[in-house]
Amino acid sequence: MTGHTVGITNFGAYLPRLRLQRKAMAVANAWFNPSIMGLGKGERTMANWDEDSVTMAVEASRDALPAKDPIAARHHIGAVYFASTTMPFADRQNAGILSSALSLPEGIHTADITGSQRAGLSALIFALEKIAAGSTASALVAAADRRSTRAGSAQEFQFGDGGAAFVVARENIAARFLGSHSVSVDFIDHFRGAGEEYDYNWEERWIRDEGYSRIVPRAVKGLLEKTGVAASAIDHFILPCTFAKLDQQIAVKSGIDASKVRDNLSASVGECGTAHALLMLADALENAKPGQKILVAAFGQGCDAALFEVTAAIGKNRPQRGVKGFLARRKEETNYMKWLAFNGLVEMEKGMRAEKDNKTALSVTYRKRDMLFGLVGGKCEKCGTAQFPRTRICVNPNCGAVDEQKPFSFAELTGKILSWSADYLTYSQDPPQHYGMVTFEEGGRFLAEFTDVDIGAIDTGAEMRMVFRVKDFDEKRGFRRYFWKATPV
Amino acid sequence: MATGIKDKVAILGMGCSKFGELWDMGAEELMVEAYLEALGDAGVETSQIQAAWFSTHIDEQSVGKGGTPLSVALRLPNISVTRVENFCASGSEAFRGAVYAVAAGACDIALALGVEKLKDTGYGGLPTGQPGTLLPQWGANGSAPGNFAQLASAYRAKHGVSKEDLKRSIAHVSVKSHANGAKNQKAHLQKPITEDMALNAPIIAEPLGLFDCCGVSDGAACAIVTTPEIARAMGKKEIITVKALQLALSNGLESTHNSWDGSYFHTARIAAKRAYDEAGIKRPREQVSMMEVHDCFSITELVTMEDLFISEEGRAVYDVMDGYYDADGKVPCQIDGGLKCFGHPIGASGLRMLYEMYLQLQGRAGTRQLKNPNIGLTHNLGGSPSMNVCSVAIIGAHGA
Repeated sequence: MTGHTVGITNFGAYLPRLRLQRKAMAVANAWFNPSIMGLGKGERTMANWDEDSVTMAVEASRDALPAKDPIAARHHIGAVYFASTTMPFADRQNAGILSSALSLPEGIHTADITGSQRAGLSALIFALEKIAAGSTASALVAAADRRSTRAGSAQEFQFGDGGAAFVVARENIAARFLGSHSVSVDFIDHFRGAGEEYDYNWEERWIRDEGYSRIVPRAVKGLLEKTGVAASAIDHFILPCTFAKLDQQIAVKSGIDASKVRDNLSASVGECGTAHALLMLADALENAKPGQKILVAAFGQGCDAALFEVTAAIGKNRPQRGVKGFLARRKEETNYMKWLAFNGLVEMEKGMRAEKDNKTALSVTYRKRDMLFGLVGGKCEKCGTAQFPRTRICVNPNCGAVDEQKPFSFAELTGKILSWSADYLTYSQDPPQHYGMVTFEEGGRFLAEFTDVDIGAIDTGAEMRMVFRVKDFDEKRGFRRYFWKATPV
Repeated sequence: MATGIKDKVAILGMGCSKFGELWDMGAEELMVEAYLEALGDAGVETSQIQAAWFSTHIDEQSVGKGGTPLSVALRLPNISVTRVENFCASGSEAFRGAVYAVAAGACDIALALGVEKLKDTGYGGLPTGQPGTLLPQWGANGSAPGNFAQLASAYRAKHGVSKEDLKRSIAHVSVKSHANGAKNQKAHLQKPITEDMALNAPIIAEPLGLFDCCGVSDGAACAIVTTPEIARAMGKKEIITVKALQLALSNGLESTHNSWDGSYFHTARIAAKRAYDEAGIKRPREQVSMMEVHDCFSITELVTMEDLFISEEGRAVYDVMDGYYDADGKVPCQIDGGLKCFGHPIGASGLRMLYEMYLQLQGRAGTRQLKNPNIGLTHNLGGSPSMNVCSVAIIGAHGA
């Protein structure tokens, strides 16, 4: 067991707004594979073209850690662990991007945790044990995935895009960590070789019978024995799994009542890779009562299992939107071509305007890192004018003070549209390109790109919140740059 | 104490190439065409030109950087050639350099020439450039129409103008310019359009349709300037002098400070006030005979009517509809077709505007000649509504 009482203090989630209708997917693919019509039920989350695992992890983390002033409010975070198997960078720490976007202090430990579908839960357990060992007081764990699948594959139907985030600490615990147990075996249900775009999957029946059904119960049994908790005491059983009802069979096999099995969100979200166990845990915590015990397991070259007990503090740090809120923020998408285009599954004619070289001057990116990643501008100490970007000379025509601006974050402020246009000329992956001047009540403004907007639904005066997104892809060099965009509140 | 430019410099000659999609002409041919016309008009020879200012905007597309392309194309006698670039106001900037050199007494005769060869990009619209190393990392990706279209939403919100009324008013701006352009043999677009055509054209950037956007053209324009005394000594009768040359640049206020409401050009109002002061104009609505303004987009022209203090704030939308700026209106605007129809070879545009005012003041504008104009104003803008360069120049008959 752990040295200190540790647990979850905050939790949050993120689901992209678009919900691809599986019926539309099935109809588009049935000519090739008629049996796929059977998968044409419900919907899956569909990331916008400018979202990736890092941007979704940022949103989930913001959901867990709402803050008006992120620089001050998040300074207590001592470590960041990011889990995903679809990290945008193979060699550039992705957790570092996450940390910068959240305006976390630089003197912290950050790491990427990857390589298996259970990496999300592994990261959570790793962070909890690190806190228990006393090396840091609190850590942020975020997991997100946007998995690539071939057009018309079963995985395209089963998967979803999304993320979840947790803050773990020794104090103000909303869900106490009772312990964990892992089984590690090199069971290759699927794999993705280095540099490959898609997974290679083995036979489903083998994965179901020899994999999940044999490996998960061993992890659950070990966990219950280790923690001395009876199977009958489990109130919520979480196991991401794309086989219908297999989670219930495994629960029963482990002595847990089938009614305790949490909905795996397959009808409304799809399975979000390494994030899914954490997404289901966040969903469970949104609805849990003090005293309830939550067992969460994640399969992948073995199985991780962890046990939590909900405390009386569960009502204190609610996520800003949570799974419930993000499920409600949805827009149905029935255009399968758009899905193909957003996911690079079809090569669109982009036109010559898309040939613009998006090479990024990395020394500038570093020099301006708080501006570009944290949306940090300045606030003049002399006249109080907030401004973006931060400059040496105050923009207020009645001030002009030199070197008086202190860092001021715009990331969590709500802005208003002063002017806008929907531009059909500029190249955009999702035309028309919407952008406009967004002004902030606190002072400051900038001409921002808009995202997650619908044609005809934008007007002056509309309230906008800022979101961290991919700004441009540099396909020539395999780089992508991020910046903040405005989206309707 | 500065005394201003009024009547210190005269335009000795001007020239302007045909504008358009000139597939068989490069920048060199365009420069020479404008230059030879100006040279003939001025009645001087190349050896008399003592200094030159050369404007181009897009160096990746046109002629590259530096002053040598002009020096080589015109075989100038190893004089100084300064390349200037200030967005779409580059042509006015070249003129300013030449005029100031003469006013300073640094030379007797100076040349300003602007050129842009745009139709080698392979696609319609202005080419996209690289605005340095920081801006691409955070500035909103957008096009010129998208940036200028921002004015429409802010103008409507400020003045409570309905979407339909504004759309109709800016349609009239374009209908008027097409009617004028149809009388200009050098114009890129010489066909009249109807209001319905403008209203129903495909949207380029909401609410701007195809006919709300100016042409992207190849072209060159040129001015040769000297002092009024030299012009007179050379036998010139109707001497046209510079009355005002003002340039105002954004300093980040519009894009960063909440005091600007997005519906007008902060710089244009400043440049206009300074220009009227310099020219001694007290009542612009009555005293300005005609204007060539930077109608890159119809909405730009509409708000500019207020920025130049011709229409009262919030009234341009109605003045336009009333025909105030039509060829037979009180202050004819874009009598040569404007950027809209004459075309917009960026580096040449400021000089092209002056060319029309110069012809009109001399009574040489052919079928589009206005009745007895004596003050012509040019307004040349570069950048975007929230960050720009604005030039206002006024020329007129010497002594007017």
